[in-house]
Amino acid sequence: MSARVNQPSALRGFVHRPRRGAELFLLVLALAVGIGAYAAVGIGVQGTVPADLLGYGGWLALLIIGAHVVVRFTAPYADPVLLPLVAALNGLGLAVIHRLDLAAGKDPGEGFSRQQLTWMTLGVLLFAATLVLLRDYRVLQRFTYTFGLAAIVLLLMPMLPVIGKDINGARIWIHVGPFSFQPGEIAKVLLVLAFAGYLVRHRDALALAGRRVLFVDLPRGRDLGPILVMWLVSLGILVFQRDLGSSLLFFGLFVVMLYVATERPGWLLVGGALFAAGGWIAYRLFSHVALRVDIWRHPFEYYGGEGVHDRGRQTVETMFGMAWGGLLGRGFGNGQPWRISYAESDFIVGAIGEELGLTAVMAVIVCYGLIVERGLRTALICRDDFGKLVATGLASVFALQVFVVVGGVTRLIPLTGLTTPFLSYGGSSLVANWVIVALLLRISDQARRPAPVLAPAGPASADEEETQVVRLG
Amino acid sequence: MNRPIRTMAVAILALFLALLVNATYLQYVSAGELNDNPRNARVIEASFSRPRGPIVVARDAVAESVRSDDQFKYQRVYRQPLRYAHVTGYFSFDSATGIERTQNDVLSGDDPRLFVTRLVDLVNNSSPKGGLVQLTLDPAAQNAAYDGMRALGENVQGAVVALDPGSGKVLAMVSMPTYDPNLLASHDRDAVNKAYLQLYRDPAQPLLNRAIQTRLPPGSTFKAITAAAALEKGGYADAQSLVPGGSSFQLPQSTAVIGNGGRDCGTGKITMTQALENSCNTSFLALADELGQAKLRAQAEAFGFNSDYLDDLQPQAQSVFPERMDRPQTAMSGIGQFDVSATPLQMAMVAAGIANGGVVMKPYVVDEVLSPDLDVLDRTEPSEFSRAVSPATADQLTTMLVAVVDEGTGSPAAIPGVEVAGKTGTAENCKDCKNYAWFISFAPANDPQVAVAVMIQNADIPPDDIAGGALGGPIAKAVMEAVLQQ
Repeated sequence: MSARVNQPSALRGFVHRPRRGAELFLLVLALAVGIGAYAAVGIGVQGTVPADLLGYGGWLALLIIGAHVVVRFTAPYADPVLLPLVAALNGLGLAVIHRLDLAAGKDPGEGFSRQQLTWMTLGVLLFAATLVLLRDYRVLQRFTYTFGLAAIVLLLMPMLPVIGKDINGARIWIHVGPFSFQPGEIAKVLLVLAFAGYLVRHRDALALAGRRVLFVDLPRGRDLGPILVMWLVSLGILVFQRDLGSSLLFFGLFVVMLYVATERPGWLLVGGALFAAGGWIAYRLFSHVALRVDIWRHPFEYYGGEGVHDRGRQTVETMFGMAWGGLLGRGFGNGQPWRISYAESDFIVGAIGEELGLTAVMAVIVCYGLIVERGLRTALICRDDFGKLVATGLASVFALQVFVVVGGVTRLIPLTGLTTPFLSYGGSSLVANWVIVALLLRISDQARRPAPVLAPAGPASADEEETQVVRLG
Repeated sequence: MNRPIRTMAVAILALFLALLVNATYLQYVSAGELNDNPRNARVIEASFSRPRGPIVVARDAVAESVRSDDQFKYQRVYRQPLRYAHVTGYFSFDSATGIERTQNDVLSGDDPRLFVTRLVDLVNNSSPKGGLVQLTLDPAAQNAAYDGMRALGENVQGAVVALDPGSGKVLAMVSMPTYDPNLLASHDRDAVNKAYLQLYRDPAQPLLNRAIQTRLPPGSTFKAITAAAALEKGGYADAQSLVPGGSSFQLPQSTAVIGNGGRDCGTGKITMTQALENSCNTSFLALADELGQAKLRAQAEAFGFNSDYLDDLQPQAQSVFPERMDRPQTAMSGIGQFDVSATPLQMAMVAAGIANGGVVMKPYVVDEVLSPDLDVLDRTEPSEFSRAVSPATADQLTTMLVAVVDEGTGSPAAIPGVEVAGKTGTAENCKDCKNYAWFISFAPANDPQVAVAVMIQNADIPPDDIAGGALGGPIAKAVMEAVLQQ
């Protein structure tokens, strides 16, 4: 490592160790967070340690340790920090949802937390299945267009008459029998894979052709096609499904991946300009977008009134709750997070801020930041372009989602409906995020695995060759 | 592709930093403001649900939280509701007044000084306890003031304020009519609303703390300030200096003539002592005309007019000495008429300032703030509000005010064996309305322990019988005696 001539060779020179023991240790800490939070909810709200603490803790431990065992056998060199971070967030989320169930007077058997635990089980199973079945992520590159098509079909499904359903003004759900889920969450993963496959194939054309205007390389007109299509798809989601958050997420994801694939900041300019134009058009044309912005700017004018003048209630109650939580929080059972509608899903950060304080909110944000950082690190050390792009895409979509939802809830930016990864109640989101982590672990396993030792081809050293006498004549 | 990935990492770091900063802003920087928002039902409801700290006078809690069986767990109880209503205020769902409002952070336990206590409560998972607020009030003085006012009948409207001249401690603060804060602190919302509306609509305005929120023309009590200005800036040397006398005064630039109500104010020149003893309008109209409005205003403002000074109770009315008066108005202001108006607290500060050698102390009601474990977190240190007059002037004023009680209009406040200084006032605000009675005093004159202002706006007696000395004097006397007997 002494001669740092350039980064890639330096990284290649470094041999990663599996670090599974470290992962196990961190997982025990994560379990302490999840089970401890569950116990604290029982003590704070009901006054006693929950009767099912052993059963609950056992189940959680089984899932987490099970995931660890799968990683140990199928991806021994995978990043050791990702799984513990995810386990801690998921455990905390379960406890907070359980606390909100208790506040709503729900029976433990039928509350959101029990359903969420079921979804988590499914998520971990899919996580394991992904790792077991997908031994080399590079095969995914073969299905670029299949994934793209599937993503678009999934995005369109809520628009279908029978299975699609409007919930809270956004048409992003589908219902099949007793199950309902948000196909957009699955589409998110497929889109990352499709973009990565597409960009790996076309990056040279997108990167090299173009003209230079004011120190910035702008892309060629005909190469603008894909970005314009993505822009229109995003606008379509916004207009027809009224889903501001997903629209922003998909477009942002595409622009970021385009930039990383081509290494040309010009795409960021084009993307930024398109985003600004789209945002402005949406603000001027669609009343629900304009209302969101207005509530963001003057939340108190939309609080406690009639009809539309109570649409800021969520935001204002979240502000009150988080302010009331202060640095240390009220403690489980001493806050009033039920005042925030949908505190168990989009607004869960508000509930955490109220009862666990700024300290916990910061811890959660830092956990998210670390997940993104581990994802990007995986992208940096990954040996092939497809892997780099998938890892960057997954990390970026995760980062964007966290920023959009946490920023929206804490009134940094206008509110857009998105789930908080791993914390919020919501099956589709939880399952999709577990799959994202499985993919990141798979990529990092292959990236960190020591390069295969190649058999020496040809003579190893001139010194070892025998001296030959060449006669001349 | 690593360079753009690193760029992305930096950009995402910036986004996450923005989230962290914003969360800190929301939960720390702007938290106080959000918690004080009157529409924040969360804070109000929760503050009902935990043991709020007591408000203590001497050794007795006048307001405390006791366990209750309903959803809120604790009920706020006022032990001597009528006597302390305007100081403690009330603590209800929608609002709080008085000390309950200004000391809310301490009482509710949210004050940063209670951080360690809160941390311990958090670890023990017990609901956080509020701190204790110790008031400066003296129960004997408060009782004397309250009983004295009650003796004037059911419909009395007025206020009494007693101060410790040396420190600015408020020893008594009574406003009449009073009300029962227990009615407003009830957990029965409908009953609270009904009680509040009844009090709110009562024409006698029982919710008003007249001691600090009602300002009325101070009348002849203001002559003490005019005399102070004459001694300080008017070239008059001492109490024996001769000032204009006479039985009537022709207002400049006006046809109005003002007399002395039959009191002896000589014909030509009289001593300033005699002018004050007999509350001679003619003398002080002439002095005010001679001094001019700038000097009078400067003197009045030195005593606290046109400014705020009591931090512990909000809101309060500023006492007013008007701007831009013409000559007749200036002359009238010298006898506490025209648009001059003062709160009872302000007039108590005038008496206290003279008593304290000319140094007006900033009045305060909160003596100490204690943690639930009775550790003193904060003690209010007396501070100077202003130096209104020189010690020599204060001496001369004291001599004259003693004469007022010994030989003049202030005789009802005389205490056997104690030198009492005082000044009466009977003011009218308009032609047809009733007179207001004022009385300010302090005792003992050589070593003042207490300064009192009594204001009676209305009482069950014939309007013409309302006079400062006769009505206010005995109450002031009782309050002073209560303090001096300790």
